[in-house]
Amino acid sequence: MSADGKFGNYGGQYVPEALMPAIEELTDAYERYVLDNEDGFMDDFRARLRDFGGRPTPLQRADRLSERYDREIYLKREDLVHGGAHKLNNALGQVLLAKYMGKERIIAETGAGQHGTATAMACAHLDMPCEIYMGERDINRQRPNVFRMKLNGSEVNPVTVGRGTLKEAISETMRDWATNVEDTHYVIGSVVGPHPFPSMVRDFQSVISEEARTQAREKLGRLPDAVVACAGGGSNTMGAFAEFVDDEETALYAVEAGGSTLEVDEEAGVAPNSASLTTGSEGILHGARTRLLQDRDGQIMESHSVSSGLDYAGVGPELAYLVDTGRVTAVNVDDDEALTAFHRLSQMEGIIPALESAHAFGYLESAAGPDAPDSEEANDLGEYVVVNVSGRGDKDLESAIEETYERDIDIAPNMDEFTGGL
Amino acid sequence: MSLEDAFADGPAFIPYLAAGDPDYESSLEYVEALERGGADIIELGLPFSEPIAEGPTIQNAVVRSLEGGMTPTRFFEFVEDLDVSVPLVCMTYYNLIYRYGEESEAQRASNTSGETVSNGPRPFVEKAAEVGIEGFVVPDLPAEEAGPLREACDEFGLDLVFIVAPTTRGEHLDRMMEQVSGYVYVQARLGTTGAQSSVSDQTGSSLERLADYDVPKAVGFGISSGDHAERIVASGADGIIVGSALVDIVADGHDNGDDAETVADRLETLARELKDGAVAGASQRPPHPERT
Repeated sequence: MSADGKFGNYGGQYVPEALMPAIEELTDAYERYVLDNEDGFMDDFRARLRDFGGRPTPLQRADRLSERYDREIYLKREDLVHGGAHKLNNALGQVLLAKYMGKERIIAETGAGQHGTATAMACAHLDMPCEIYMGERDINRQRPNVFRMKLNGSEVNPVTVGRGTLKEAISETMRDWATNVEDTHYVIGSVVGPHPFPSMVRDFQSVISEEARTQAREKLGRLPDAVVACAGGGSNTMGAFAEFVDDEETALYAVEAGGSTLEVDEEAGVAPNSASLTTGSEGILHGARTRLLQDRDGQIMESHSVSSGLDYAGVGPELAYLVDTGRVTAVNVDDDEALTAFHRLSQMEGIIPALESAHAFGYLESAAGPDAPDSEEANDLGEYVVVNVSGRGDKDLESAIEETYERDIDIAPNMDEFTGGL
Repeated sequence: MSLEDAFADGPAFIPYLAAGDPDYESSLEYVEALERGGADIIELGLPFSEPIAEGPTIQNAVVRSLEGGMTPTRFFEFVEDLDVSVPLVCMTYYNLIYRYGEESEAQRASNTSGETVSNGPRPFVEKAAEVGIEGFVVPDLPAEEAGPLREACDEFGLDLVFIVAPTTRGEHLDRMMEQVSGYVYVQARLGTTGAQSSVSDQTGSSLERLADYDVPKAVGFGISSGDHAERIVASGADGIIVGSALVDIVADGHDNGDDAETVADRLETLARELKDGAVAGASQRPPHPERT
């Protein structure tokens, strides 16, 4: 990364003028507190991640998956972080930073609700008032998370423009920030947005790969051959990859949401997937130049995924850059494969994963499953594979059951028993 | 006529409408009504799907215009079809400028690298110059990222207007003022666009900060009446920019099913009130010793 937040041609600060001073102030705070540990900020952050967040999370051998895929599969258990997902790593870091900066109010956007709940928890923990913007459609898909945010004392503001998902929620939060920039910090939920957000969020999330790297050395006596993580905006992805980027022997796989198909309906402005690394093109959205799902004219398309946490038309600029340079391999898994993987992990390992994380397991199956013996992809994965379980699936039970019922996933239990109870 | 010339004979009245709101034909009439009402420059919005600097009024205009089929290509046709003589400024977001003239299908087929090639802002600026646009306002393009667009504007003789916020200061302001041409858009208050019932006191201090820069200062964000316009110009602005109050008239007409002629008359009436207010404000201005 260069000083102005560029990753190759990606990144930068494409924001309304009213936000520039806030972004400059934040860049200064990021350099002092996060990079230089001024006033012991990073020590404070790490202590809170441990005591409040429950870190470090285990690197666990998945016995039955190891047998199925005929290699050593290890799980980085971010689902065990307080709140049930890796999201707290970033939210706690940013709310604490806002506190050090003397800000008095926190705003955040949320898609699936995981970042919103993590921010709401961090704000309650650090005694900061908090307002969360959430698309109306997502509010309906993720009601338990809305309750969690409110229980932690946050306000939840519905966003009704557009399709009412993450993209609109980010735009609306940026508008609030532009209005209340002097006393408010915007806790962005992924490695997206203008500099310094992509770098700062990566740094808060990189505790995942820092731990995993040390744990692999201790447990396996070596580094893994591959790290696999799902990718929407890319915060768990960059967190799981960051400390491995310089380890050329470790392959890095970013698994995107293939949705229902990779085909795009230009006329309707809809991409029925969220695979911006695989099918997107270069453009500018929400403050950064990156890879986007957009039509010929540059209008942003509506994305889709069965997993609302991956449902975003853009991706972090650094991840786009690492894919362009060949350091990270972008692959994708469609809705059906992700749901199947959701059930497989639940049945074989006793872990109900978030639908986001299920995409990473979907890739294991398509690359190295029984239907793909000795495939090139299976060879490329190598002997030791770490998969990031970015979150747990409790929040997804309702939609997973509905989606499974509609699709007829063959390994799933009989869904008739479930639908009556919901 | 260049943008700066439009400020030569007293305060400039600069109205904004989103092109194609709510449909192509009505929108042509509405923009032409603004000129009849006394517009000196017209800002035409080319709608982008993610208008992060806009409040609800213009967000809704963007939705109506996009649903009516507005695209960059249609926008250029719209400008050609317009029968107005005052200078036109295109207000849009950078992605549409950056993506215009993207490689053709044939180029894509012969491009084996797998990389998407963008031609940058030049094709958009070239086309804009061809249809007679005089300048741009790009709310999500700060001076730090504006180099390629500034270069293209220089090549084709177009102006690049920057927005100065109440929070803009120091080196950042200097970088912006090095690149600005035509006029500066002085944002009267923090936040997004939208009509207000009172005038912000942040305007005066913004104008003071800009007093030493030799470029016209047009104030926008929240101006909705002739009285506002008068006070803003009396406090030292060289021009006023009005968007949401005019877009509200278009929205009301659309919601009530009023015919285009009636709506155009209402726009012309408010435009004249704003223009008259601006002119009245100019007569109350104290002489500017620093701008002799």
